[in-house]
Amino acid sequence: MTQQPAFTDGSGVMVEALDVRKSFGAHEVLKGINLTIRKGEVVCLLGPSGSGKSTFLRCINHLERMSGGRILVDGHLIGYNERHGLLYEMSGKELARQRQDIGMVFQRFNLFAHHDVLTNISQAPMLIRGQSREQAFARARELLKLVDLEGREDAYPYQLSGGQQQRVAIARALAMNPKLMLFDEPTSALDPELVGEVLAVMRKLAADGMTMLVVTHELAFAREVADRVIFMDQGVVVEEGPAQQVIDSPQHERTKTFLRRMH
Amino acid sequence: MSEQRIIPARNWGQWVIAILLIAIVGFLLAMVIMSRHITWSAIPQYLFDETILEGIKLTILFTVLSMLISIVAGGVLAMMRLSPNAIVSGFASLYIWFFRGTPLLVQIIFWFNIQLFIPSIDIGSIHFDTNSIITAFVAALLALSLNEAAYMAEIMRGGLMAVDSGQQEAAKALGYAPTQAMLRIIFPQALRVIIPPIGNQTISMLKTTSLVSVVAAQDLLTRAQNIYAKNFLIIELLIVASIWYLVMTTVASSLQYVIERRLGRSTSDAPMAWRAALRLLRAEGSNG
Repeated sequence: MTQQPAFTDGSGVMVEALDVRKSFGAHEVLKGINLTIRKGEVVCLLGPSGSGKSTFLRCINHLERMSGGRILVDGHLIGYNERHGLLYEMSGKELARQRQDIGMVFQRFNLFAHHDVLTNISQAPMLIRGQSREQAFARARELLKLVDLEGREDAYPYQLSGGQQQRVAIARALAMNPKLMLFDEPTSALDPELVGEVLAVMRKLAADGMTMLVVTHELAFAREVADRVIFMDQGVVVEEGPAQQVIDSPQHERTKTFLRRMH
Repeated sequence: MSEQRIIPARNWGQWVIAILLIAIVGFLLAMVIMSRHITWSAIPQYLFDETILEGIKLTILFTVLSMLISIVAGGVLAMMRLSPNAIVSGFASLYIWFFRGTPLLVQIIFWFNIQLFIPSIDIGSIHFDTNSIITAFVAALLALSLNEAAYMAEIMRGGLMAVDSGQQEAAKALGYAPTQAMLRIIFPQALRVIIPPIGNQTISMLKTTSLVSVVAAQDLLTRAQNIYAKNFLIIELLIVASIWYLVMTTVASSLQYVIERRLGRSTSDAPMAWRAALRLLRAEGSNG
């Protein structure tokens, strides 16, 4: 354990990734990612497909098991208990406890197909946080208003458009009052005309001060909303900095090539 | 516009086949009905015979019990098969391979004769005679249940695997513990895939129970056999038994149809059924 977290006092740091590595068989997808996300910061992860962005995002709530390195969220080591210099992987229950505070939004929405919208949003707060039904339902309705879906609590996922489903998925994640939100290409599976409504909700969240890490291909959104942009390629962070700076005047050749292709 | 008369195409080949079928079936029926060797009056006489009715009760009991046991055991086996531990999943595979690979009839006879190599069971100072525990009833129930569990395990595994992996990931990411994710998210969705084949298995089980007559387990067929052993009205009693098997499978089929309609086979209907079921559960919960 040569590396120490840079901000051990927890002063305003939400995510701390140290030399995160991940291999699928012989293929190394993440080759040592180091990054820090401050509380309230909105960070966009850009990069060509296969660059490891989504894999890294999934390591943050241990949906993906790392091959090396460590990740701390709000000062807590994710996925492992450290005892006597060894890392012991957490049990399913311990992992569940950690994930309660980290919201995640998926590319394919993954709403619970057998539940209506209200149950999708309120089940976890009741089941896991022990909220009363009245409390959870009231909060769910509040969140539906936030994502501009008032009155749709009885709808089932199959009755909603992709954009609506994704907004419900955001509300579902927010219902757990997470301190960090992870977005895994939230608009990539949407028809072009539905992308705007989802980005609008994410903009609201950012304005409310939510800490967000967003894997996306939406450059305009990144430039406008993100405090910082991180460009990844082939499993390494190639370039990072203020959003406008990285997108408008990239320094590295690989970033330039990628951005040229995106425009 | 004048109305044009249209004469549909006539398919003469189909007509020829239909007439042939009527002739053949009619001939066979006439042969049976006019047979002087069938005592027709015996059929209504034995249809509601007390022994026969007792046999029906037992056949239904075998079906219900073995289905219940095999659903629970099959569920456990299915989860074992999906376990990451090689020995746990290997055990389940071995079980399924063995019980699906040997004839049920052999398994029934085996359980009935188990005292031949395990004459007694001793746990500490407690002593059982195997014969007193493994009666014909227990042997038959064991054989039916353990055999059916193997098929049920495969049905349930198919159901669990049919649920999109994204559902599990979403549950995990929200902080559902593994058991909560299984009970609240995965299993309810698997049920929609699992229920139709369980219905088929149940209907099939109603008839399969007749195999236990080899150990005289007192099911419907055993009773019919007992009666015709005395009065030699073999065909008549087999007809009586067949009538009852047909009644039971027909009722079971209509039940299956109703349940499937309620549950909804398409995605669009399923949630309605769940909502209705949940309301029922909630209502019962608040009453109790």
